[in-house]
Amino acid sequence: MSFRVHIRVMPRRGLLDPQGQAVERALGALQFAGASNVHVGKAIELDVAAQDEASARAAARAMCDKLLANPVTEDFEIAVEPK
Amino acid sequence: MRVAILRFPGSNCEPDAYRAVAREGGTPYYLFHRDTDLQDADAVILPGGFSYGDYLRAGAIARFSPIMPAVERHAADGKPVLGICNGFQILCESGLLPGALERNAGLKYLSRPVDVRIERVDTPFTAHYRKGDVIRIPIGHGDGRFTAAPETLAELEQQGQVVLRYVERPKVDAPGNPNGALNDIAGIANRDGNVVGMMPHPERLADPLLGSEVGRRFFSSLVQWKRPALVSHA
Repeated sequence: MSFRVHIRVMPRRGLLDPQGQAVERALGALQFAGASNVHVGKAIELDVAAQDEASARAAARAMCDKLLANPVTEDFEIAVEPK
Repeated sequence: MRVAILRFPGSNCEPDAYRAVAREGGTPYYLFHRDTDLQDADAVILPGGFSYGDYLRAGAIARFSPIMPAVERHAADGKPVLGICNGFQILCESGLLPGALERNAGLKYLSRPVDVRIERVDTPFTAHYRKGDVIRIPIGHGDGRFTAAPETLAELEQQGQVVLRYVERPKVDAPGNPNGALNDIAGIANRDGNVVGMMPHPERLADPLLGSEVGRRFFSSLVQWKRPALVSHA
């Protein structure tokens, strides 16, 4: 089976996120009142061939641990849907 | 002293590193990221640049190059490894050095001189400096903000693994910490001191043509480095 995997990689909460801060300032400058706590991360999408959803998820987790996210500074979330 | 200088797709400081090693009487040679053997290297330099376009994260893809297992074995044998700028990023991504190098706090790519203090002189790259020397040396990076978990940072300080620190000199026109690096860290070593990573570029000030030779001693230290004899406690 083939699964569509959506991975969201975000800077770890509590660490300095200069991109999030810059975007937050820009939103404020554009008069978008009430926008706060802005963070900028990455979205990665891929197809994974696997027996079932659990093994597709396990494969995506291994990819994040090894390459897609930096364990020192980033956290990730994985969503899996059948194709 | 045979010094392997690694070339990744997007490296751009390797000719400067090559010249700096050659000027001190060492024997530099290039290896490609697809090589798998270090060809009897005594030392390895990972030069600056933008390997793989800094895609995903700076150094994240280069870290899995075919040459890297040989670099890891070389480091585990206690032999010298120096990562400059992008090379430092690759060493952190590979786990040969702790921590990570994140986007500069001001978000700008910075290309300018900084003042750094030599904190440790028992590494193969800093032996010809005196502890406490402050040198003015260029940086050129967008992702140079050293970051580590609090316990990692504490351990780096306790073990004396900080090799270079950004400093602000009073009454001198020089920036202090340019990128928001934790504890003003510009360069670190591993526990054994044989693997060193640094954001500033000593190879860019290793020739009188360039106006200063203040970076030369990183390379003269290396070329004349003698591995300390193992002391037997039997």
